[in-house]
Amino acid sequence: MSTIVFFIFAILAIAAAWGVVTSKNIVHSAFYLALSFAGVAVLYILMNADFLAAVQLLIYTGAVAVMVVFAVMLTLRGDVRESNPENRSWFVGALVAVSVFAMIALVVLTNADWRVLATPWTGGGSAEDMSLLLLSQFMIPFEAAAVLLTVALIGAVILAKGVKESK
Amino acid sequence: MMNLSNLSVGLSTYLLVGAMLFCLGLYGVLAKRNIIALLMSIELMLNAVNINFVAFNRFLWNQKIDVHYLLTGHVAAIFVIVVAAAEVAVGLALIITIYRNRRSTNVDELNWLKW
Amino acid sequence: MFKEMHDLFQWAWLIPALPFLSFLIIAFITKRSKRLSSTVSILAILTSLSLAIAIGLGVIQAGKEIVEHPAIVNVNWLNIVGLQIDFGTIVDPLSAMMLFVVTLVASMVQIYSLGYMHGDEGFSRYYAYQSLFASSMLGMVLATNLLQLFIFWELVGLCSYLLIGFWFFKVSAREAAKKAFMTTRVGDFGLLLGMLFLYTKFGTLDFAALSAALNTNFQDVLVIGTAGYVTVMAFLVFLGPIGKSGQFPLHVWLPDAMEGPTPVSALIHAATMVVAGVYLVARMYFLFDFASPAALQFIAGLGAFTAIFAASIAIAQDDIKRILAYSTLSQLGYMMFALGVGSYSGSMFHLMTHAFFKALMFLGAGSVIYALHHKQDIWDMGGLWKKMPITGTTFFIGVLAISGMPPFAGFWSKDEILANALHNGHPIIYGVGLFTAFLTAFYMSRLFFVVFMGPEKPENHPHESPWSMTIPLMILAFFSVFGGFVALPEHNFAWYIHYGEFHHEAIAWGLAGISVLAGLLGIGLAYITYVKKLISAESVAGQFSGVYKLLKNKYYVDELYLWIIKNIMDGMAKVLYWFDIYIVDGIVNGLALVTRGSGKVLRRTNTGQLQTYAMVFFFAVVVIFMAFAIGESQLAAINPLATLGGAK
Repeated sequence: MSTIVFFIFAILAIAAAWGVVTSKNIVHSAFYLALSFAGVAVLYILMNADFLAAVQLLIYTGAVAVMVVFAVMLTLRGDVRESNPENRSWFVGALVAVSVFAMIALVVLTNADWRVLATPWTGGGSAEDMSLLLLSQFMIPFEAAAVLLTVALIGAVILAKGVKESK
Repeated sequence: MMNLSNLSVGLSTYLLVGAMLFCLGLYGVLAKRNIIALLMSIELMLNAVNINFVAFNRFLWNQKIDVHYLLTGHVAAIFVIVVAAAEVAVGLALIITIYRNRRSTNVDELNWLKW
Repeated sequence: MFKEMHDLFQWAWLIPALPFLSFLIIAFITKRSKRLSSTVSILAILTSLSLAIAIGLGVIQAGKEIVEHPAIVNVNWLNIVGLQIDFGTIVDPLSAMMLFVVTLVASMVQIYSLGYMHGDEGFSRYYAYQSLFASSMLGMVLATNLLQLFIFWELVGLCSYLLIGFWFFKVSAREAAKKAFMTTRVGDFGLLLGMLFLYTKFGTLDFAALSAALNTNFQDVLVIGTAGYVTVMAFLVFLGPIGKSGQFPLHVWLPDAMEGPTPVSALIHAATMVVAGVYLVARMYFLFDFASPAALQFIAGLGAFTAIFAASIAIAQDDIKRILAYSTLSQLGYMMFALGVGSYSGSMFHLMTHAFFKALMFLGAGSVIYALHHKQDIWDMGGLWKKMPITGTTFFIGVLAISGMPPFAGFWSKDEILANALHNGHPIIYGVGLFTAFLTAFYMSRLFFVVFMGPEKPENHPHESPWSMTIPLMILAFFSVFGGFVALPEHNFAWYIHYGEFHHEAIAWGLAGISVLAGLLGIGLAYITYVKKLISAESVAGQFSGVYKLLKNKYYVDELYLWIIKNIMDGMAKVLYWFDIYIVDGIVNGLALVTRGSGKVLRRTNTGQLQTYAMVFFFAVVVIFMAFAIGESQLAAINPLATLGGAK
């Protein structure tokens, strides 16, 4: 059962990603991106990462994708159907991307050294477990992330608002 | 390697999914002209990384030994998401500013950091 | 008893420190006031003189104890891994004697300079240099190790340079200063090499430690058969004295150094600095003794050669200061060969007496030059005794002393050296020494007779010099007369200052008679030639015109050096210049060109295109991965355990 679910959503995520990078219309790209994020969220659930799945849906699908659409809206010029073209060297880029994939696949498939557990762990992954870890062992990175987000927030506002000419 | 009774889908499969997402994102970074498309491709790559984190945490972590750090992979993924969110915010703001100044979101034309 | 003396000896560092303080005071505070500057300097050197006398008396009182155990105070100056350098003072009879001689002559010269340098523009500067020189020289005398000695050795060299070139507006003075500095530099380089060699072999430069190492531990090295090292060390160290004390091939700077003010010549280039080399050989005598016979025979031969070589040149010179300069060279050769034949006490004794009478004669010459308004040619002088009785009398005492007439100081020291030379089995060197004594007597009397006797020159209107100049002359004359009597008592000079076992030797009156005879012969010959005019100097010179020209031109040594420099050095320089321009510059410019060219080409890769960079980056990742994969698979063929994911 879970195998079938896995393959459905894995293929969905990958196909949506394909759509992101091949679509000529950047608005379509943004929607494909949201779809891909949702597919990945399902994969998280399959790996017992319920909380992460929720975060993925909320932040990526909900916030990031929508923000991208807003940015597209603000910067769009000309015909929307031609808004997401490839550059001149797209073929070389494809070649490099394929060879990187081949490299990773080679490593993943030939490596006999993963110390995979005989019985995979199944429990945890809830918000409670996460919060315990975040507020005890990873306290300082957590706070740092908070600061980072604040700084990014302020920085984004200032950048987007633009600095007024002083005189 | 793969025990189908307990484990429906193996580690390698997740890793390959991650790799595919990563390389699609990479292609997007290398081949697209619109800077917003680049940003989206980067998000794809980050997602691929997150899949790897979670998969490793799921399949390789020994509960009996490291009970206090059970969800370290998840924590790493959380931080990636946080940083990605910040990056998107700042990145989009930058794009808007650039657009305002240059009337373009074309990466080819953003080449004034050269000799 | 000895304890109290030791407390006194601990304060020996004050002796060089006071003149240094005066140097600083003059340089930074009293420079503007000539009177204050000279007062500060003279006060400092007089205090040092009294301290030196106190220490000398202390040494005499301590007697046997200080002879066997010198009072050494060391302060750690530099201590890093593998290098430990102390600064300290050593008080033994040798250094006490040197302290006394240096402070005495320096005081006399500084007082004398009040008159001689009166009205000179650089009066304060002159006294600053004088103080610095006195301080450096005294520090050198007190040095406990070779490095400390070397530092002060270079400092006195610097002072010599500054004082020779004191009248730097004269081209000749500038040139002479440079010549002196560079020529001594040649020897100093050898000394430096010798020091390095000693340090690498023994790990110390301390005199006492070196001496102990050579006396005991080095026997092992002897067995291994590397004793030749010590000979090399001795020769390298001896190069320093060759330069500093004007031994034969490097003697050329000393006559030119007479360009400096005459009191400077008296102090630095007659009495003190030039004997630094002799002092160094005496301090390091254990090294030369160990490396004997080669080293000591070399010293003896070179010293004897320098003695007769310089004396023969002095005969044909006309400049009053140059005659004295060659005489100094000759006497330095005397001291050197005395050390070489094993007459350690004799050499030091001669060093002391020579300092007295040579300083006296230089100051006397200065007095004459002062009276005649800087005329230096002896043929422009004449009949000065009547006009300048004090200068004339004291100069005459100096002439008698250097000619070895009893009971003047030179008699005792010269006699001891000659007696030792014969006694220790060096008859040839004895003969050379005796002949040199004859020559010395001849040219010094020639100088005296021509300058002070004979007809007066009507164009000269000489007057006796002021008291500030004549009093030092009289004091030095006193020491030139009575300085030799320290050889007489039972605990005599040689009992205090000797090397190895002390043998009391009675004065060999027979040998002394022969040397006195040689001296009398020289004086007599000069008398009948230049006073009675029974022999015409001109006709003799005409008859031996070749020899005369050779002597007159100082054996053409300067010309030879000039020729070597002009032809060989300049030729080499030309070759090196070519090498520098075309090879070295070619390489350097070529490198610059390659860098510039590659920069020009490579900057094209900096396109400003973000995606190009990313593409290159990931392409490189793939390439590196493939390189590793291939390497690993080859490794796996050899070792099956090494697989792609890493060894188990």
